[in-house]
Amino acid sequence: MKKITKKITTILALAFVAPLILTACGQSGQSGQSLTGEIKIDGSSTVFPITEAVAEEFTAQNPDIKIPVGVSGTGGGFKKFAVGETDITNASRPIKAEEAKMAEENGIEYIEYTVAYDGITIVVNKENTWVKNLTAEELKMIWEPDSKVTTWKDIRPEWPNDDIKFYAPGTDSGTFDYFTEEINGKSGSIRQDFTGSEDDNVLVQGIAGDKNAIGFFGFAYYEENMNKLNLVAVNDVKPSLDTIKDGSYTPLSRPLFIYVNNKSLDKPEINAFVKFYLENAKVLAKEVGYIPLPDNMYTDQLNLLK
Amino acid sequence: MNKKLIRRRRLKNALFQGVLISIIVFSIIMLLLLLYQVFKVGFSHLSLSFITSMPSRFADRAGIASALAGSIWTISLTILFAIPLGVGTALYLEEYANKQSWWTKILELNISNLAGVPAIVYGMLGLAVFVRFLNFQRSILSGALTLALLILPVIIVSSQEALKSVPSTLKEGSYALGVSKWQTITGVILPFSIPGILTGSILAVSRAMGEAAPLIMIGAAGYIGFMPKSPLDSFTVLPIQIFNWTSRPQAEFQDIAAAGIIVLLVLLLSMNAIAIVLRNKYQNRMD
Repeated sequence: MKKITKKITTILALAFVAPLILTACGQSGQSGQSLTGEIKIDGSSTVFPITEAVAEEFTAQNPDIKIPVGVSGTGGGFKKFAVGETDITNASRPIKAEEAKMAEENGIEYIEYTVAYDGITIVVNKENTWVKNLTAEELKMIWEPDSKVTTWKDIRPEWPNDDIKFYAPGTDSGTFDYFTEEINGKSGSIRQDFTGSEDDNVLVQGIAGDKNAIGFFGFAYYEENMNKLNLVAVNDVKPSLDTIKDGSYTPLSRPLFIYVNNKSLDKPEINAFVKFYLENAKVLAKEVGYIPLPDNMYTDQLNLLK
Repeated sequence: MNKKLIRRRRLKNALFQGVLISIIVFSIIMLLLLLYQVFKVGFSHLSLSFITSMPSRFADRAGIASALAGSIWTISLTILFAIPLGVGTALYLEEYANKQSWWTKILELNISNLAGVPAIVYGMLGLAVFVRFLNFQRSILSGALTLALLILPVIIVSSQEALKSVPSTLKEGSYALGVSKWQTITGVILPFSIPGILTGSILAVSRAMGEAAPLIMIGAAGYIGFMPKSPLDSFTVLPIQIFNWTSRPQAEFQDIAAAGIIVLLVLLLSMNAIAIVLRNKYQNRMD
C-alpha cells in the first residue's frame, strides 16, 4: 500500500518538475545561442516573402543565426515592434501616428528602410470587356463609404446595367489600409458590402468566377493569375514593372518597408542582416514577385546604414 | 386496419433509415473528395527531402522540417500539461467536490462554457499571460501552454463523463473491502475509465494539432530556418506553414501545401493510433 502511494508521488513529482527542468535546459540552451544571435522579425504578410527570401539566403551564409519571421500583419507587427518584442517589423504602409506614439512611450527608436515597390492592382473578370480603365475619381466613387454605385451603369452610362460584386483584402492588411487611404482619403473608410479575405488567392478565385466582380490586391497575385483575370488601368496607366518602378502608376503603387529597432541595429548580427537585406533586395524582391527600387535608392540607404 | 398501421410504421422506419444512410454517405463522399484532392495534388511532392528540408522561396526546394519539429515539440508539451491537469480536475469534480455546493456548480458551468470560447481568444490570453507577463517570449513553451488551456475544458468534460460511467457497484465494492478513497481511485476508477478519458483526450489533442490562429496570435513564426532545440526557441507548426503556402501567389506553393497536409494527416493518424492501442490495452484488461 505504501509502495503504491510512493510510486504515485514520484510520478506526480516528476510530472511537475519535468517542465521546470526542460525550461531550465532551454534557458541554458538559449544563452549559449545568444553568441550567434537571433533576429526576431514579424509583420506584414505582403512583405513576408521578401524577408523570407533574404533570411533564407542570409542563414545559408551564417548558419548560426536564427531568424524567425512572423506574419501578424502590418498592424499586428507594429504592436509587437512598439513594445520591443521584435527587432525588425515588415510593413506594407508607413507607421501610423498612434503606433509611433506607442513606440515612443516604450522608448523604442527605429529607422525605416524602403525595400521594394508593390502596385495595388485593380482587376475584373475575364469576360468583362467594358472596363479597361478607371480614373482615381471613379475608383473613389465605387469604393467610398456611402457609394451610390451598385451597377456598372452607375459608373459610366454606356456600361451594362448589371449588379457589381465587390472584392477587397481583409481590414487587417496593409493593402487595405493603403488603398482606402489613397482612394477614399482616409485609412479604413470603405463601402460595407464587399467580400473581404486576408488570403488574396480567395479574392483571385472570387473574381475569376464572377463576371460582374471587381477587386484589388497586390501585383504579384495578378502576375501569377494573368490568364484568369483582366487588368484595369488606373488614370490610363496599366501597372507593370516599369510603370510601378518609375512612379507613373499612381496613386496605387506603394513602397514596402522594414522598420528596424535602433538598439537592435547596434548588434553586429542585425546590422549585418539589414546590410545584406539592402544589398540583395533588388534581386530577391523580383524573384518573389515584387518590383525593386531604382539602384540608387538601395545604395543611398546602405550609405546611411554605414 | 392493424395491417395498415404496421405498414405505415415500417415505411417510417425505412424512410428514417434511408435519411441516415444518405447523411453518412454524404459526409463520407465529402471527406473522400477532400482527401482525393489533397493526395492528387500533394502526393507527387512528397519525398524524403521535403521532410528534411527547411522552407524556401523556391517551391521545389522547400520543405517542412522546421514545422514538423515545431509541431512535435508543441504537441508533446501540450499533452504533458493538459492531460494531467485535465484528468486531475475531473477527478476532483467527480470524486471530491461537493456536488450540491454553489461553488462546484459555478465551476462546472464555467468549464463547459470555456469549451465554446473561440481559439483566437485563447491566443490573446496566451499573448498577455505567457508571452508578456511570464516573459516566455514567442516560444514553444508559450505555444504549448496556450494550446493546453485551449483543450483543457474538453479534456475535463470528457474525463468527467468517463468517470461518471464507472458503475457505482464497483466503487461500493471497493469501499466495502475497506479500501481508502485514493486507492479506489487509482485501483478501480481510473483503470475503468481510462478508455473513455483517452477517447476525449485524442479528440482534444488532435484539435490542438490543427490549430493555427492562437499560435499566430502569440507570435509563432511563418518562416523558421532552423530546428527548434528547446522549449524556449521560436517555432512554427505545420498548420501555419500550410496556411502560409496556400496564401502565396505562386501555384507551386499551393501544391506543396497539399504535401504538407498529408504530412500533418500522417502525424495525426499515428498519434491517434498510439492512443487507440493504449485504449484497447486497458479495455481488454477490464473485460
